[in-house]
Amino acid sequence: MQQDTPLIETRQLKKLFKVGGGAMLHAVDGIDLKIYEGETIGVVGESGCGKSTLGRSILRLIEPTSGEVLYNGQNIVGLGSRQMRALRKELQIIFQDPYASIDPRKSVIEVIAEYMLIHKMHKSRTETYARAAELMDLVGLARRYANSYPHELDGGRRQRIGIARALSLNPRFIVCDEPVSALDVSIQAQILNLLMDLGEELHLTYMFVTHDLSVVKHISSRIMVMYLGRCVELADSDELFAHPLHPYTKALLAAIPEPDLAKRDVDFVTIRGEVSSPINVKPGCRFAGRCDFCTEACTQADIPLIEAEPNHLVACTLHRQAQEAGKERT
Amino acid sequence: MKDTILEIKDLSVIYKTDLETVEAVNGISLTIGKGKTYGLVGETGAGKTTTALSILRLLPAATGRVLGGSIQFDGEDVLSLSESDMCALRGRRIAMVFQDPMTSLNPVMTVGDQIAEALLVHDRKMGKEEVERRVEETLSMVGILPSRKIEYPHQFSGGMKQRVVIAMALACEPELLIADEPTTALDVTIQAQVLMMIKELRNRLGTSMLMITHDLGIVAKICDDVGVMYAGEIVESGSVEDIFSPGRHHPYTEGLFGSIPDLKSRARRLTPIAGLMPDPTALPQGCVFAPRCKKCQERCKTVRPKAVTEGTHRIACHLYGGQAAGSAQGISGGQDAFRRKEEQ
Repeated sequence: MQQDTPLIETRQLKKLFKVGGGAMLHAVDGIDLKIYEGETIGVVGESGCGKSTLGRSILRLIEPTSGEVLYNGQNIVGLGSRQMRALRKELQIIFQDPYASIDPRKSVIEVIAEYMLIHKMHKSRTETYARAAELMDLVGLARRYANSYPHELDGGRRQRIGIARALSLNPRFIVCDEPVSALDVSIQAQILNLLMDLGEELHLTYMFVTHDLSVVKHISSRIMVMYLGRCVELADSDELFAHPLHPYTKALLAAIPEPDLAKRDVDFVTIRGEVSSPINVKPGCRFAGRCDFCTEACTQADIPLIEAEPNHLVACTLHRQAQEAGKERT
Repeated sequence: MKDTILEIKDLSVIYKTDLETVEAVNGISLTIGKGKTYGLVGETGAGKTTTALSILRLLPAATGRVLGGSIQFDGEDVLSLSESDMCALRGRRIAMVFQDPMTSLNPVMTVGDQIAEALLVHDRKMGKEEVERRVEETLSMVGILPSRKIEYPHQFSGGMKQRVVIAMALACEPELLIADEPTTALDVTIQAQVLMMIKELRNRLGTSMLMITHDLGIVAKICDDVGVMYAGEIVESGSVEDIFSPGRHHPYTEGLFGSIPDLKSRARRLTPIAGLMPDPTALPQGCVFAPRCKKCQERCKTVRPKAVTEGTHRIACHLYGGQAAGSAQGISGGQDAFRRKEEQ
């Protein structure tokens, strides 16, 4: 998996929003992330942690405040709109709400063909529409829906339109922004399987943004856990679930109700309090106020990500101390 | 009969417009014991919320209509009560918590006033001091500082708002609490807090509950009995043990379990249910699940299956219809969905 140039790399990516009175909302606060070709990286966190803003900043759908986004080693922040437009073909997004992200006045086939027409992918309209019909087959939409309008279809089918549209430009990298959270469980499973199959078939690289840990576990090879604009932990999917290191990740895992009667009488280990405000944040660990292991060191300076174990990064003083103690011994 | 708080028998509800008739609930029966929690599980459009609204007689007056069946609450027939009797029941003895805390609170009233309103509607003579005391008590019960009663809903976060809604529902100490997806709009860590609180309050106050959810994890955590609803019918019901143990299950229940991403499984692919819910304006003639069922046979398409009961466990499926209840060994239904758990 570890090739030399990542497909996407962010360096100290930041997005701050002005919120009046000179205050700043730190939505994404210095994220360093490398995404390699062919992998699926999951980004998990609760609402307001900046995961969607991160996804959109990488695609420059939201202009980052500072930092770099490298695509194939080239910094795309600051590129002109013409150059960016050429890149848009390769960088696509699937949105959360299939009800809101599709033009209600276009038929299914028109929605799917639209991007290809804009980018003049094919010589003629006939060819474009033939390709759109192929895409419908690819995502499992019966061709009889070609002339239906989005409101006539259910959520699962509408999300398939969104996927077909994203694939129409032969992208290499797709940000999936909560693509299944508006869907019922049985439909959710269909769409997840579809995304995984397409990923393998077309050799796609995904960034999968979601609040649902069990979904991300299924689809991702690596997972990044975000809390208030910061990456608190980054590890291989299996490793993260087997050995979570950060107290927040542990709490997140413990909070999932499992459909298992053996766990019935085990109480949730709930973390107290709620996510604090992302406006004018104080230095130090963002999770300190809710953390049972909070020490003085946690609130003094920002906690850097360290490699606690091979390929397992965590931003927590607990593990920094453990590592330093280890170093002294050796 | 003394131990049941709510008994629904053969309830059918339709939504009728000039253009079409939606068969939302088709002859469901369920019983909630005193102090017990009944989980009604199913996907969007299964008829869960319609069932809840029928109990409170809150169906939209223009379109919703109860076609048949009965709803007995503590021995009284809810469907034949007068509107004023119904008002006395609603909120006082049966309360409901809606899914979306953002829209179930009045944005221009302080939360304290909203809880006080619920109290005063049912007891106009309650003194001012008594009301204040009860408001503060209820707020601290759900883990909100009583001093926050003068704040408005927008000053609360999503999880806190849902606590306020629950506080309002519990203010009059109802005998039955209907919770319609109370945690769906919340983040997992906040969901865990709210669920623990609901569980704790229920045990302390002895409230019976109808818990509507699509999340089998929540059912496993807090329900005593379960009904799995699909296209307006309860296709399988029983105690949590009946539903969650391996053995005979309705193919839809198996499908639901197969669709959940399992945290411990290493399997990469999920096993979803193929196809979609049937159109409620044109339900299939036979079993409602037949068009999506892997084990569908000829008679499933034409004959509605009768429910087979084995103790508390009830399944409406032709697979189990032929045999006498209890003697059907070796039917492997249910094994697929549970194999993963057994491996551990």
